[in-house]
Amino acid sequence: MREEHVIEAEGLTKMFGTFTAVDHITFDVKKGEIFGFLGANGAGKTTAMRMLCGLSKPTAGRATVAGCDIVREPERVKRNIGYMSQKFSLYEDLQVWENIRLFGGIYGVAEREMAQKTDDMLRRLGIYGEKNTPVKRLPLGWKQKLAFSVAIFHEPKVVFLDEPTGGVDPRARRQFWEMIYEAADRGITVFVTTHYMDEAEYCDRVSIMVDGRIDALDSPGGLKRQFGVGSMDEVFYKLAREAKRGE
Amino acid sequence: MTEVSVREIFKSYGKVEALRGVSFEAERGELFGIIGPDGAGKSTLFRILTTLLVADSGSATVAGHDVVKEYNAIRACVGYMPGRFSLYQDLTVEENMEFFASVFGTTVEENYDLVADIYRQIEPFKKRKAGKLSGGMKQKLALSCAMIHRPRVLFLDEPTTGVDPVSRKEFWQMLGRLKEEGITIVVSTPYMDEASLCDRIALIMEGRFIGIDTPRGIVAQYGAPLYAVRADRRGGLLNDLRGMEELEACYAFGNEVHITAKQESAETERRVAEALAAKGYGDVEVRRIEPTVEDCFMKLSRR
Repeated sequence: MREEHVIEAEGLTKMFGTFTAVDHITFDVKKGEIFGFLGANGAGKTTAMRMLCGLSKPTAGRATVAGCDIVREPERVKRNIGYMSQKFSLYEDLQVWENIRLFGGIYGVAEREMAQKTDDMLRRLGIYGEKNTPVKRLPLGWKQKLAFSVAIFHEPKVVFLDEPTGGVDPRARRQFWEMIYEAADRGITVFVTTHYMDEAEYCDRVSIMVDGRIDALDSPGGLKRQFGVGSMDEVFYKLAREAKRGE
Repeated sequence: MTEVSVREIFKSYGKVEALRGVSFEAERGELFGIIGPDGAGKSTLFRILTTLLVADSGSATVAGHDVVKEYNAIRACVGYMPGRFSLYQDLTVEENMEFFASVFGTTVEENYDLVADIYRQIEPFKKRKAGKLSGGMKQKLALSCAMIHRPRVLFLDEPTTGVDPVSRKEFWQMLGRLKEEGITIVVSTPYMDEASLCDRIALIMEGRFIGIDTPRGIVAQYGAPLYAVRADRRGGLLNDLRGMEELEACYAFGNEVHITAKQESAETERRVAEALAAKGYGDVEVRRIEPTVEDCFMKLSRR
C-alpha cells in the first residue's frame, strides 16, 4: 500500500504579472510527518503556503491538501487545516477560554464537546487557572503554546506553522517543539517554516526554496551528506547564497 | 571612554515590571549585545536610553549626557532603529532618507560615505514607497535612516528578527564595519547565535540581566561539563536520557541532545553511552563539548 500523502503539490506555480513568485514546485508530505519549509526572505515560502491553505489560487499546477483540491475546494481545505503564525494567532483582548471558543466555533467543533475539550486542553497545558485571563497578560511562551493548541483544537489533518517560535526564549522554544512531536505522534502532519537552523534538525524532512524553486529536499541528515557539510546552517548558506533574485 | 552608562534602572507598566534593576556600561566603539527573548525588557531599555521613556528609578548617560536632563543633546547624537518598522510608509525610499537627514540638519550627500555600503543595496528601488519594500529591504532602509546624521551611538532594537540566516550574517558584517568607524553600537537580538559577534553581551530575561561579559567569558562561566549525545534514532532518546538519575539538564540541541550530570564524574560519558546501548540504541556517541551562549542562557534562566 502506498503511503498516505497529506499534501501533494505538482508543478505548483504563482505569478504576479511577469514575476514568478513560486516556480513549479513539486513535493509530497506524508501523514504524521514534520516537514520543514525553509528559504531566504523573498524565496516564495509565504506565497506557496498561502496557496496550500486555499487563500490564493495558483497560476499553474495543482495541489491537494488533506485530500481536498486547493483550486476547486478551497473552503474544504480551510476546514481541514490548522494555522498558526508568530504574527497572528490569538485575539489579545479576549480571555483564554473566549479565544478557544471562538476558534472552536469557526472550525465547527461541536457545542456539546466544547467545554470539556477546553478544560482538558488547559489542564494539559497546565494553565487551567488562567482560563479567564486576557491573552495579552500571558507570557509569550505560554501564548505560543496556547496558540498551537488552539490551531489543532479541531483535530485537523495538517497544521501550518509560520515561524511559530520567533522571539521565544530557548527553553520555551524546546517545550514548543515537544508539543509539535506529540501532535505528529497523534498523526497530525506538521508543515513548519523557521529561521532557526537548529529547528530544521528537528524536522523529518526539509525543503529549501531558492528563487521560487525547491532546490533541495531530504532529511536533515541526507541534506548534510549531499552538500558535504556538518550542519543545516551550512546547507542553507550554500544554497541561499546562490539566489539570483533580491528580496 | 564610557559612552553608555546605565545604573540600576527600574521601570514598571502598572503591575508589569519591565525592568528590575539593570546596569551596564558600553565603551566607545564597542558592539554591545543585549540578548534575550521577546518580553524580557529589551525595547523598554532602548526607549529609556533614547529618551523616549523615563525610568521609574535609576540613571543613565549616553555620550556623556543624562537621559532625563539632557535629552535634547542625546537626541541629536544617537541613531535609533526601533523593533517595529517606523519609517514613513507613504514616502519613497529616497524621500525617507532626505526627511531624516533634514530633521537632523544635514543632507544625504554629506554623510553618504557612511551609509553607502548599506544604502547602495536599496538604491535601485529609491523611487519605491517604503511600505512596498520587502522585510529585508525595510531593515536596510531603517538602518540607513538611523545613521544618516552620523550618530555617535547607534541603538538597534532587534534589527535581524524574522530575517533569514544569510541576510542576518550580512547585516552583522555591516555592523562590524560601522564599529570600525568608531560608532558605539547597542544592539538587541533574540537569536543566541548572534551573541558571539558582539564584543560584550548582556543576557536578559524577565527584566533582569542574568549574565554580562564577553561571549567567551559567559561560556567560561558555565561551570559544569556539558556533553552532546547522539544515536542512530532520535525518537525516545530525549525521554530515555531524562529517565537517568544522574543527569541534571537534558534538552534537544539541533540533531543532538545536550546533557549535564548532577555530579561531575569522569565516568559520565561511559555510563551514559552504556545505558543507551543497553536500551538498544546503535552508533551512540557521547562527547564533551564547549557550551554555546544558548546553553549558558538556558542554564542561567533556570530558576
